[in-house]
Amino acid sequence: MSETTIQLEVFRYRPDNGGPTFQSYEVPYHDDWVVLDALNYVKNYIDGSLSFRWSCRMGVCGSCGMQVNGEPSLTCAEFLRDHMPGPIRVEPLVNFPVERDLVVDINGFMEKLDHVKPYLVREDESDDLSAEYMQTPTQLDRYKQFSMCINCMLCYAACPVIGRVDDFIGPAALALAQRYNLDSRDQGKQMRQDVIFQNEGIWECTFVGECSEVCPKHVDPAGAIQQAKLEGAFDYYKRLLTPWARRS
Amino acid sequence: MRPPPGVPKITFVNEIRHDVLIIGAGGAGLRAAMAVVEANPDLSIGLVSKVYPMRSHTVAAEGGMAAVIKDNDAREHHIYDTISGSDWLADQDAVEMFVDEAPRELIQLEHWGCPWSREDSGHVAVRPFGGMQIERTWYAADKTGFHVLHALFQTSLQFSQITRYDEYFATSLLTADGRCQGCVALELRTGELHVLRANAVIICTGGFGRIFPFTTNGSIKTGDGLALAYRAGVALKDMEFVQYHPTGLPGTGILITEASRGEGGILLNNEGRRYLQDYDLGEPLDVNDPRHPQNRAMELGPRDRLSQAFMHEQAAGRTFDGEYGDYVQLDVRHLGEDRIDTRIPFVRELASNYAGIDPVVEPIPVRPVVHYTMGGIDTDVHGATTLPGLYAAGECACVSINGANRLGSNSLTELVVFGARAGRHAAAAVAGQPLSVGPEIHRQVAAERDRIAELRARPAGGERIAVIRDDLNTAMEAGAGIFRDEESLSACCATLRELEERAARISLDDTSPVYNTELISALEIDGMVDISRALAHAALDRTESRGSHQRTDYAARDDANYLKHSMAYRTEGDPRIEYKDVVITRWPPADRVYGSSAGKDGK
Repeated sequence: MSETTIQLEVFRYRPDNGGPTFQSYEVPYHDDWVVLDALNYVKNYIDGSLSFRWSCRMGVCGSCGMQVNGEPSLTCAEFLRDHMPGPIRVEPLVNFPVERDLVVDINGFMEKLDHVKPYLVREDESDDLSAEYMQTPTQLDRYKQFSMCINCMLCYAACPVIGRVDDFIGPAALALAQRYNLDSRDQGKQMRQDVIFQNEGIWECTFVGECSEVCPKHVDPAGAIQQAKLEGAFDYYKRLLTPWARRS
Repeated sequence: MRPPPGVPKITFVNEIRHDVLIIGAGGAGLRAAMAVVEANPDLSIGLVSKVYPMRSHTVAAEGGMAAVIKDNDAREHHIYDTISGSDWLADQDAVEMFVDEAPRELIQLEHWGCPWSREDSGHVAVRPFGGMQIERTWYAADKTGFHVLHALFQTSLQFSQITRYDEYFATSLLTADGRCQGCVALELRTGELHVLRANAVIICTGGFGRIFPFTTNGSIKTGDGLALAYRAGVALKDMEFVQYHPTGLPGTGILITEASRGEGGILLNNEGRRYLQDYDLGEPLDVNDPRHPQNRAMELGPRDRLSQAFMHEQAAGRTFDGEYGDYVQLDVRHLGEDRIDTRIPFVRELASNYAGIDPVVEPIPVRPVVHYTMGGIDTDVHGATTLPGLYAAGECACVSINGANRLGSNSLTELVVFGARAGRHAAAAVAGQPLSVGPEIHRQVAAERDRIAELRARPAGGERIAVIRDDLNTAMEAGAGIFRDEESLSACCATLRELEERAARISLDDTSPVYNTELISALEIDGMVDISRALAHAALDRTESRGSHQRTDYAARDDANYLKHSMAYRTEGDPRIEYKDVVITRWPPADRVYGSSAGKDGK
């Protein structure tokens, strides 16, 4: 009896060696295999030159995002069985420059993340490490969801604005900005909003929410962005137009 | 050696200089970097990592992080739990420092934004974990490592003193005048080799679970930093001690956190019996008894004992037979959906995605899985190694606070306590040190360039990386698994010798310099075989059973001869194994007693 197999059509690109092509590989089919297992089979036993990123294979390190049959997906959580009988087309995440094969350049995101100051800002920061800052479970719940982002970049691949406005900070970084803005321990909201609302793109973001749909961790960046706009825009423009009203 | 035509050459670019170089940007590396900034903001830090920092495996830690903070707890309890958990192989001076500095470090994480789960009062909440007398595990639901890593990484972005080298793979250390003075690193994106110079290097590259076939560890956990230090002449300490976590998902090895038992989950054999009661771990209480789960008893026994109990049940035919080997059941159904969703939501997500079962209505199939490596680069309590200028912290290091078996939820704490210690010590040590110039460094850099060029130039048709890795995994599982004996370990040592020769014949499919992940894998596997040999020889030499090292031919602990750390040194032939005394301060070796018969702090 012959083993069941499934065909992968994989995007190949080597910057030092010609333009992109698709390459087909036939891999064994197992109903508990994910797309990442199939890619590893290729790399291990068929073609060691295929490049892609992966590590934890349990949906938390955020390395293995790719387009699977046109949809941004975490390949460690995307089962072959949901794409039978195949073929399965695997491509690098869209909206990012491709470095090689399935590896994209995420340095743009790393810079955007840096811009939103994703850390607690305290006016009264002290060296007193004898006690924690208090935070009730209710206060924690306000931002908890936005703290679950694994930086997998699927939302950037899904975002219709990123495709048009290159320097749009984008869903994940804005959700993280909102995560800190909503943290009862933080005092840096104004500073972050100066960055957020000066950025092109946020006004083009609609309520469509493609980013939230593809998010594997249910972070709901679209919700964060709309919330930030509603809460923050009025305040931001008031300060911009009436600088004398700026709080000290 | 020149690559053949068609293989683009790897080029060298400029030399980069920092005061302190940190290799590895997970929990320990990030904490070390910020400790250097805190100690001396004028120092420049290079942070080198083969992955972007937020991909580091700290991200996968689930259950929590231990530190004494509640009134019902005391430092003596944490110390005793750690030392007895280690089967008395931990250095007690190091454990005392660790326990004393833990609360401050965890509060620091809180001040850096870690979203700890809270009590209604607003104070951080704690939960029980295996081997503890008192609940003291801080947690962020069951994604503690994820939150700790992201809090550290995001916080680190504000420090301009830290220059990151993301996706740079360190291939060797540079030493001159008897001091470590930097490393050579391969930039994945370009394929260029860089010379990174500094007066102190801190290795924070994590453990090496990937030498085993069935592990909770991500693919990046290949022990690279251990190989770097070992090859620079530093000893690898206590390598024979490998922790099997009792509850991994069969097949994938994905971890189901101990917090599931801390919250009240129970383990059942195929007769529906809570079999741990048959292994000196106390009497089971009904799951509805308010005293369940009992600390330091039954399902909250230590990991080594629970994993060994599974093996006995398996031998007796009382485990379930599954597609991916035998398993037992972890039952959390009695906790109810609400508690599962608030306390261990990731367990539900993982079990649903990867085992196709909903723990709210079905027990989870689990079996022991390689989780943590107690052994590592020999360091003192400052993270300093015997090579001046070289430090190590985190899972790659062996201070040792973990001894023969690490206590659950001590590892994340170890990252920050010893990451910070290493950072502070390195910051103080580099002041005023000049870097050596001259042929010694150039020679090493040239040798490293040639080593990598030779590997890339090998003709096709040699050994395949995946085959070597599969054979290494098989040899380690068969020879140095949960139970070992002289025969299995000798066979393992012999196989590893062959594998070392075979690994030298690996050839690559990939000829590109850009993102050549196959080249990285080849360099990783080379180091993995090296450190595996240290492990197997240390295990063969230790003719006693202690903690996670269980010799069926030497079943008893032997304090007279082996209350000692093994020290493996690299030689041209087999590793040389020496021993170093364990530091005992106030807790003389005693029996490890779990269950209700145990008194406080063993008294």
